[in-house]
Amino acid sequence: MSKKALLEVNNLKQYFPIKGGLFGGTVNHVKAVDDISFVVYEGETVSVVGESGCGKSTTGRAILRLDDPTSGDILFDGENLLGLNKAKMRKKRKDLQIIFQDPYASLNPRQTVRQILEEALEIQNVVSRKERRQKVEDLLQTVGIGAHQMDRYPHEFSGGQRQRIGIARALSVDPKLVICDEAVSALDVSIQAQVLNLLKELQQKFQLTYLFISHDLGVVRHISDRIIVMYLGKIVEIGDKDSLFENPQHPYTRALLSAIPSINVGEKKKERIILKGDVPSPIDPPAGCRFHTRCPYAMDRCAVEEPKLHSLSEVEHKAACHLLEDGPYDYS
Amino acid sequence: MFVFIIRRLFQTIPVMIGVTLAVFLMMHLIPGDPAQIMAGERADEAQLEQMRENLGLNDPLYQQYFRYVGNAIQGDLGTSIRTDRAVTEEIFTNRIWITFELALYGTVLAVILGLIAGIISATRKYSFSDVSLMIVALFGMSMPNFWLGIMLIYFFSVNLGWFPTIGWESWKHMVLPVLTIGTGGAAIIARMTRSSMLEVLDNDYIRTAYAKGVHDRVVIYKHALRNALVPVVTIVGLQFGTLLGGAVITETVFAINGLGRLVVDSIRMRDFPMVQGTILVCAVLFVVVNFIVDITYRLINKRIELN
Repeated sequence: MSKKALLEVNNLKQYFPIKGGLFGGTVNHVKAVDDISFVVYEGETVSVVGESGCGKSTTGRAILRLDDPTSGDILFDGENLLGLNKAKMRKKRKDLQIIFQDPYASLNPRQTVRQILEEALEIQNVVSRKERRQKVEDLLQTVGIGAHQMDRYPHEFSGGQRQRIGIARALSVDPKLVICDEAVSALDVSIQAQVLNLLKELQQKFQLTYLFISHDLGVVRHISDRIIVMYLGKIVEIGDKDSLFENPQHPYTRALLSAIPSINVGEKKKERIILKGDVPSPIDPPAGCRFHTRCPYAMDRCAVEEPKLHSLSEVEHKAACHLLEDGPYDYS
Repeated sequence: MFVFIIRRLFQTIPVMIGVTLAVFLMMHLIPGDPAQIMAGERADEAQLEQMRENLGLNDPLYQQYFRYVGNAIQGDLGTSIRTDRAVTEEIFTNRIWITFELALYGTVLAVILGLIAGIISATRKYSFSDVSLMIVALFGMSMPNFWLGIMLIYFFSVNLGWFPTIGWESWKHMVLPVLTIGTGGAAIIARMTRSSMLEVLDNDYIRTAYAKGVHDRVVIYKHALRNALVPVVTIVGLQFGTLLGGAVITETVFAINGLGRLVVDSIRMRDFPMVQGTILVCAVLFVVVNFIVDITYRLINKRIELN
């Protein structure tokens, strides 16, 4: 199978200015995303994982230009999104959609479900005026909500239902790429499974590509093809799901994965790696490797020199750590 | 909705009882004998007794109260001592409409200026225009009306001669008083709109709208402003109600014969039936305005209906 790149992110930086001082000038920056690059191929699900504040949601928003990135390139279908003017970008939004975390905050409380869906259809001119109603019905059907409910307001639905409406909304314009920003984190576990299965189903049906942003490793393991691990605005490890879960190479990924509770009784109990301290501030991140302040394997060099992403295997498994310079490291 | 209006209407009953009671008791709480005050200082004992009898002051208090409320409901608020005309006639033939006009134009001006400034500030947070608008708003809020009114008269009437200094006849007369009365409101509405908009703009459904490809302008006016307007409506209602209750200072500065000035003049002349009547009318107006605000609130915020 030849893989076609749908989304290519190159050297993306997103700095948010901190205003302060006597005259409200910019005194510093929050380096939310600091020079990251990755590729998403057509039809796959790539997950971005990491702790709160590691820059994963910011990455998602920057790709959609909901915030304007500081620098970098975002190539979508070969076209640089950051080079588009506002009007062209609005057209382009048809192809890139987002599902937000909080189903209570992501739907306008003053619009009925029908208005929410029709607005998107109208702006992107997906179907003719006459067909709109039918399309709305079909969309709701697809996500498992009865067409008779379309004239209700968001507050009349449960959290799971709202998230389905959010999904219907994202799908209404026939996008190619859907960014799921913690799309199931706010839902009950039972509902989470339903929504995840729905997302998988829809992916098959409409040939969607997902960029799945989550902090929940269980969810990520269930849905992804490939995984990106972020720490303090940097990519620390990227790879195929199986390769990354079976054989994590970056010390941070290892710590993260060791935190997943196991339910297999017979399995040898994994040793939990507990990291010391807190995530440093993204305003003034540590020099060298950003993880060195908490890394159990830190060397002198880590505090000065920033590690590159080293290729580890043929399945595009890469990790940014000095230990991995000469290939996979033997942790045992 | 209908049930809500009825229920809300019933809630005004205790308020009205409280208001009438307070206004009624005012007459009895002020030092001195009401009959003496009404009849004048040179009245003799027989005249005073006659006065008491006429006013029903010899009856038990509760009877007097019921009579007062009964009369008020029928539109009889007594007779002015000063002019000898019926209090209601004095209030409703002219005064109340002037005050109503003043309050209405003032509020409209405040809403227009306040909303525009608030939206500009919110959409350009921390920009030069935001900071300068908010500084202006701070001035607008802190300036006392009597000072602002006098300054406006000084510059626009005395120096430039553009507008007349006093009265309420043509639109030229209205410009300065409306400006005076609208400035404070505009400042409050601007700050309220700004903070409310900023809160709404940070919601994911705004990002959703952008993600749909909705034009920036439509996002701001259709998606954000409508949601941000809820707290602003409350402020506008309260402002309007307060202004109706007599823009006492503004009316005095510009010598406008509205309700506020009527109260001031009546107090000075010890025209008690007039003071009582005007206060009662103002209180009732305030209750009515609040009632309307509550209904408007519900119309814009469909969610309240369910709870």
